[in-house]
Amino acid sequence: MVRIRNLDFGYSKRVPLFQNLSLTLERGRIYGLLGKNGAGKSTLLKCLVGLAFPWAGTCTVHGQPAAARYPDVLADLFFLPEEVYVPALTGEQFVASTAPFYPRFDRAQLAEYLQELEVPVHARLSAMSFGQQKKFMIAFALAANTSLLVLDEPTNGLDIPSKAQFRTIVASALGEDRCVIISTHQVRDLDALIDTVVVVHDRRIVLNSSLDALTDSLRFGSARPDETAAPLYAEASVRGPQGIWPNPEGRPSRVDLELLFNALVSGNADLVNHLTPLAHELAL
Amino acid sequence: MEFNENEAIYLQIAGYVSEHILRGSWPPDDKIPSVRDLAGTLQVNPNTVMRTYEHLQGQEVIYNKRGIGFFVAPDGPRRVQEQRKARFLQQELPAFFRTIRLLGVGLPEVQQRYDQFLAAHPEPVSLPQA
Repeated sequence: MVRIRNLDFGYSKRVPLFQNLSLTLERGRIYGLLGKNGAGKSTLLKCLVGLAFPWAGTCTVHGQPAAARYPDVLADLFFLPEEVYVPALTGEQFVASTAPFYPRFDRAQLAEYLQELEVPVHARLSAMSFGQQKKFMIAFALAANTSLLVLDEPTNGLDIPSKAQFRTIVASALGEDRCVIISTHQVRDLDALIDTVVVVHDRRIVLNSSLDALTDSLRFGSARPDETAAPLYAEASVRGPQGIWPNPEGRPSRVDLELLFNALVSGNADLVNHLTPLAHELAL
Repeated sequence: MEFNENEAIYLQIAGYVSEHILRGSWPPDDKIPSVRDLAGTLQVNPNTVMRTYEHLQGQEVIYNKRGIGFFVAPDGPRRVQEQRKARFLQQELPAFFRTIRLLGVGLPEVQQRYDQFLAAHPEPVSLPQA
């Protein structure tokens, strides 16, 4: 679906943001893109949708270079930026003027999502609060039924019930032919929603792995009573030390995304070595 | 649904489905919610729900009618009960033993309290019988 190969990019020639970065995204998955502030999450998404042009390397969607912005590629992708822009139109007017660009746009779905998110369709978009504008655009993005859906910090600015409603509609919108990528700092908002985690750090992708593959080889949580191995990484918590452990017995556990992220960006060598077989794109 | 921190989400969802089967709210040979519907209800990734259903199918708690959906197996409740019992004996009971040893609670005291509990709750805390 999306192939980035050996991407170099930055906003200043002296400060490259990405060097030799490679990433592949497949259909039927919801990716969570994690990275520190300034690591380039939003920029990576912009490269992916053709809003930023690679210095070197390639970034293709459906085999076409994203930067060429071919209409048939654009008709099949939707990018929702963190700060949404809305024109001075009502929801209905916006749909009438914009939905025709998306051949699989589904108005019935839009109505359903707007109802779920409690956003009025007759009101002028520019007069709505930021949170309402964002929810309108989330509903529009999902109803566009594009095979690639790119959401940059979608839960920022949403109130508490809206975050739950957001998860409900995204969870029911994933089909086998869709690829969704969501960048976020709010790992707690989304950790049950994503199935694959991508971490951008230090100018490259340091992890692109399904949560299932992670828990096959690692165990997250406290030490077992009979634990003999040392944790690959651990942090103190009120529940006692929480760690990432080797998992030769294949015991099921739940990925602690915060712990995983902290371990990766701290440059934890044990963990990085353990993950190297999973982060196969490092080698490409 | 509130998920606990450490247990794999697909297993927590399996617990949720099993609970419905055991309580009889999803009776044998009834269709259970589609992957997509349950994912929406629980706000989780549909692939996770699919993994739960495959897991429960492997344990013969539910079965798949191709193109129609998943159904509760005829002896689904009994299988759930067996698995819950196995899990209790293998995981929860050892944890309980560790705690009573740590706190110095003797088995006679446990027995006495269990008798009191049974007296106070004459209705069997019922699991369907095999």
